Amino acid sequence: MLAKAPPLRKELVRIAEMVPASARVLDVGCGDGALLDHLTRTKASDARGIELSQAGVNACVAKGLAVVQGDADTDLAEYPPGSFDVVILSQTIQATRQPKVVLAQLLRIGKRVIVSFPNFGFWKVRLSLALTGRMPRTGVLNYAWHETPNIHLCTIADFVVLTREIGAHVERAQAVTERGDVRDLPSPGYWDNLTAAGAIFLLKQGSS
Amino acid sequence: MSTQIHPLTSAKGGEAGETHTFPADKPLTLDSGERLAPLTIAWKTFGTLNADRSNAFLICHALTGDQYVAGTHPVTGKPGWWSSMVGPGLPIDTNRFFVICANVIGGCLGSSGPMSTNPETGSQYGLSFPVITVRDMVRAQAMLLDHLGIETLFCVAGGSMGGMHVLQWAASYPERVFAALPIATAARHSAQNIAFHEVGRQAIMADPEWNGGDYAAKGTNPRKGLAVARMAAHITYLSEAALHRKFGRNLQDRAALSYKFDADFQVESYLRHQGMTFVDRFDANSYLYITRAMDYFDLAADFGGVLAQAFKGAKTRFCVVSFTSDWLFPTVEGKKIVHALNAAGANVSFVEFETDKGHDAFLLDVPEMFQTLRGFIDAAAVARGIGSKR
Repeated sequence: MLAKAPPLRKELVRIAEMVPASARVLDVGCGDGALLDHLTRTKASDARGIELSQAGVNACVAKGLAVVQGDADTDLAEYPPGSFDVVILSQTIQATRQPKVVLAQLLRIGKRVIVSFPNFGFWKVRLSLALTGRMPRTGVLNYAWHETPNIHLCTIADFVVLTREIGAHVERAQAVTERGDVRDLPSPGYWDNLTAAGAIFLLKQGSS
Repeated sequence: MSTQIHPLTSAKGGEAGETHTFPADKPLTLDSGERLAPLTIAWKTFGTLNADRSNAFLICHALTGDQYVAGTHPVTGKPGWWSSMVGPGLPIDTNRFFVICANVIGGCLGSSGPMSTNPETGSQYGLSFPVITVRDMVRAQAMLLDHLGIETLFCVAGGSMGGMHVLQWAASYPERVFAALPIATAARHSAQNIAFHEVGRQAIMADPEWNGGDYAAKGTNPRKGLAVARMAAHITYLSEAALHRKFGRNLQDRAALSYKFDADFQVESYLRHQGMTFVDRFDANSYLYITRAMDYFDLAADFGGVLAQAFKGAKTRFCVVSFTSDWLFPTVEGKKIVHALNAAGANVSFVEFETDKGHDAFLLDVPEMFQTLRGFIDAAAVARGIGSKR
């Protein structure tokens, strides 16, 4: 999507690690197709993408990737249930108009869903607001408040609540540092929400 | 099926064209149930068919197009209708691909149509030519490929009615199409588009020189009716923004309004010119038949009303293209195709280009389109194992 923050290379590698070989994959907000390209080459994925910006779609199609110009907020309803093994929403959920609806759609069309997002509960974000009294501009959130595409920012704790509300099962959660290193979060808590710059969640439908 | 390469198609890298008439014992059975025989198809080729016959690239023309996709048009003396896209080094690279473009049946530039001779009467068919469909046109193209000894097409591409042919190819012969490029098109003709076509047909039939379609025998030609049909249709190929940009309310060769019904405005003069030049290269009855074929097109109807069924199990890779200012085949129609392809699990890309040039944008200079289509075609060629040069 146009609103997508520049993805951390390392984070995409971590996401790719969660994708099984030869899977049918949909990358929602696939940007210039870096992840799709990587998955096609290294995981023999049958990889598809949705991208809002024409420049992004052009770049993807020019690379031979199967990418559809579209909007995560409106176009996911077109896909049949369970049509993908894995659906990826990388650094995009915070830019959607209806994150809850989008996430529910992802869980409907994908057997597994991988969501990554910047953590607004990160201590630097909190400190920036507390000390300067102005909207934080750190890392991937480096936009002025009036022009940011990130209209629905959340913390890790917020996201966990959302997964419960829509009945998603968290198979795996990882904290991402500013440098893109990850560590597993078996049960994300207060401390994780303070120290992680971002997070990657692997979800599936159903609360069991 | 013939396995012999047609002599002219192997002309080294060059341009070749010819016609073939299938004998009366090889009729084309039409959707209407009628049989068309003998069947003549006229076509042009550009480039060279490679040794394993994997680089054939079929281009399907639009309503008033023809087989002169590149090169020089023999009637108008102008460059072929897709010269910006087809040629050496261009996105549809004739150094790399063996490009085939055939005049549709029902047409008027060499393929069987209402101007052909009716074997039963020995004179022109006129309205005794059977009504044909888009699927009939595609069946005839498949017969041509069989004749040329080409089993699979690397790609089928076309805009507008040509895009309908692309979709029909993918649905009728999925195993013969590696890549499909439907541009500015729809899986069915809308009520509005049928309505516009009906205006054009009525304009032709209202011309006294049409003579019930029998104008050839009567020595007349419904030029005025066909010109008006073209003028009305031409408006639908443009956009309000493009018309305003080109002409505005500018006056034609005069400083003030004439208070008469001459072409005061540049836009009137332009349309009259479009109509007049069109009649020199097109047949009025062909216009009736081809518009009818487009009106009848409804791909889903052949598959229980479910468009996705038309593409079930498709291995073809698709790139669907639309233009923001195209109100004749708007983006929503392209999206319906994409929706169906997604539902069928097909490999599909979809691009909407930002332009004010309207439906005709696919024929015009839209740099982003060239760049993106080149990418799609190049990537598909790599997947198909077609080298960069022949």
